[in-house]
Amino acid sequence: MGTFLHRHRGITPYLLLAPGILWLGLFFLWPMYYLGYESLQTGLFPDFHFSWAFSNYWDALSGYHTQLERSFVYAGIATVACFVLAYPLAYWIAFRAGPWRNLFLLFIVAPFFVTYLMRTLAWLNILADQGPVVGFLRDVHLLAPDGRLLATTFAVVSGITYNFFPFMALPLYVSLEQIDEGLLEAAKDLYASPTRAFLRVTLPLSAPGIVAGTLLTFIPAAGDFINAALLGTPNQTMIGNVIQAKFLQSLDYPTAASLSFILMGLILVFLLFYARAVGTEKLTG
Amino acid sequence: MSSVAETVTPGAKPGLVARIWRLVARHALTVYALLAVGYLMLPIAVVILFSFNHPTGRFNYVWNSFTLDNWVHWNAVLGIQGSVVTSLEVAALATVVATVLGTMIALAIVRHRFIGRSATNLLVFLPMSTPEIVMGSSLLTLFLNHGTIQLGFWTIFIAHVMFIVSFVVVTVKARLIGFDRHMEEAAMDLGANELVTFAKVTLPLIAPAMLAAALLGFALSIDDFVITYLNAGATQTFPIFVWGIARVAVPPQVNVVASAIFLVAIAIGLGNVMLQRRKPKGAP
Repeated sequence: MGTFLHRHRGITPYLLLAPGILWLGLFFLWPMYYLGYESLQTGLFPDFHFSWAFSNYWDALSGYHTQLERSFVYAGIATVACFVLAYPLAYWIAFRAGPWRNLFLLFIVAPFFVTYLMRTLAWLNILADQGPVVGFLRDVHLLAPDGRLLATTFAVVSGITYNFFPFMALPLYVSLEQIDEGLLEAAKDLYASPTRAFLRVTLPLSAPGIVAGTLLTFIPAAGDFINAALLGTPNQTMIGNVIQAKFLQSLDYPTAASLSFILMGLILVFLLFYARAVGTEKLTG
Repeated sequence: MSSVAETVTPGAKPGLVARIWRLVARHALTVYALLAVGYLMLPIAVVILFSFNHPTGRFNYVWNSFTLDNWVHWNAVLGIQGSVVTSLEVAALATVVATVLGTMIALAIVRHRFIGRSATNLLVFLPMSTPEIVMGSSLLTLFLNHGTIQLGFWTIFIAHVMFIVSFVVVTVKARLIGFDRHMEEAAMDLGANELVTFAKVTLPLIAPAMLAAALLGFALSIDDFVITYLNAGATQTFPIFVWGIARVAVPPQVNVVASAIFLVAIAIGLGNVMLQRRKPKGAP
């Protein structure tokens, strides 16, 4: 075997790739074909038949554009919120945490160790009408005496922000940590104010982390439905909720499949714009 | 800019305003970091705290009184034990398979130049940039269109391997890139063939990265809800059990299981932090 591999060095990479790529091909790419096939069918469960029904896409768009727009708006706000909240923390860990660095990194990933649904349900306790947060906000009149946090857009967006925070914080940390502190010294020696040094040196050098963090936060956030389902009302329904319900409750597979494709397509468009802005190598590593 | 001397002398002390600003900035940032960590820990603390609650009604949303009963009788809720066992089985099996497949892809990408290399990179990148709902629903349409496939344990397993592989590739690849190939060349010079070199030199060197990838994969698998939910049929993993029961009432036992998973994971993480702190500075 060893000598066989030595003689045919050219096929080694393909032998290494075969099982994994086959798995991804069979269970990631091939299903996409079926999703497309399903999205062009008509009929009622269980008698769907293929009929090039492109009108499904139009119907899905006109029926659910509100939820689509909402998904992208929520995901956008949550991504910005994650960035604003995570950047100073990542900066502190990279430059100031010293020996505590690894411990704080563990704190950042800790939420991942609590089942997604459970950490979202925990916000039900925290934001509950009888809870301390609502009580305080009512006392200081930031919230009307009968005002609530649960079942609002605020609850859903902050749930998304919390759940995807580590996806933003980790790449930011990685890129900040790689910055050569000599460059910051140089900026100081050249009489740059701390603000100016930050804006002209640190921020641009952390761009790869900002790019990766934005993608890792925005994409899953746009497809999320757990936060809207647990913390919101039908007024906060996102596209993920619709797709999930169409597949599993109303058994309207063609509409669900078209909506999945529309979501995927919009995200690809977003990715392409992003790739053009920052360069493809940065995206695929 | 108080005096010319101060501005032109390198290494001169910065002005008073700048010094105060820096002091405030330094401590403000530290305070902020602690607050941010507090924010991240808050829901975790709530989950753990309410695992010790003795709820008054069916819902475990309001604190009543402390009890250890939930921990002692953690499997008193119908279906919870089965779901935990299923989760662990799927996670273990999927992690092993995905770690092997992913490591092989990483080796091919980093070590070899071949036709289709960038296409491979793209195929690995795509699952990580596709929303779970899209991956889950497309896999479901595949299974629906092949009536012979029963949704259940094995469809969950297939799905989990599929989305874990990419994360394994990324993790192992990062380690392989900064890797000294001289040891392997030395082994080959001493007469070892490719397979022996791989088993005796390469594998031990990339083992830590494979372990890290496996831990990540295990965590991803045990936590996954969306893809699993779409492809599980009647089989219940722990997150699906939580979803089902959340509509009715969340018993504190659910918090017990979540807390236990968290504590095990954090113990592994803390162990890792300790190990890294004990290492001398500059060691990889």
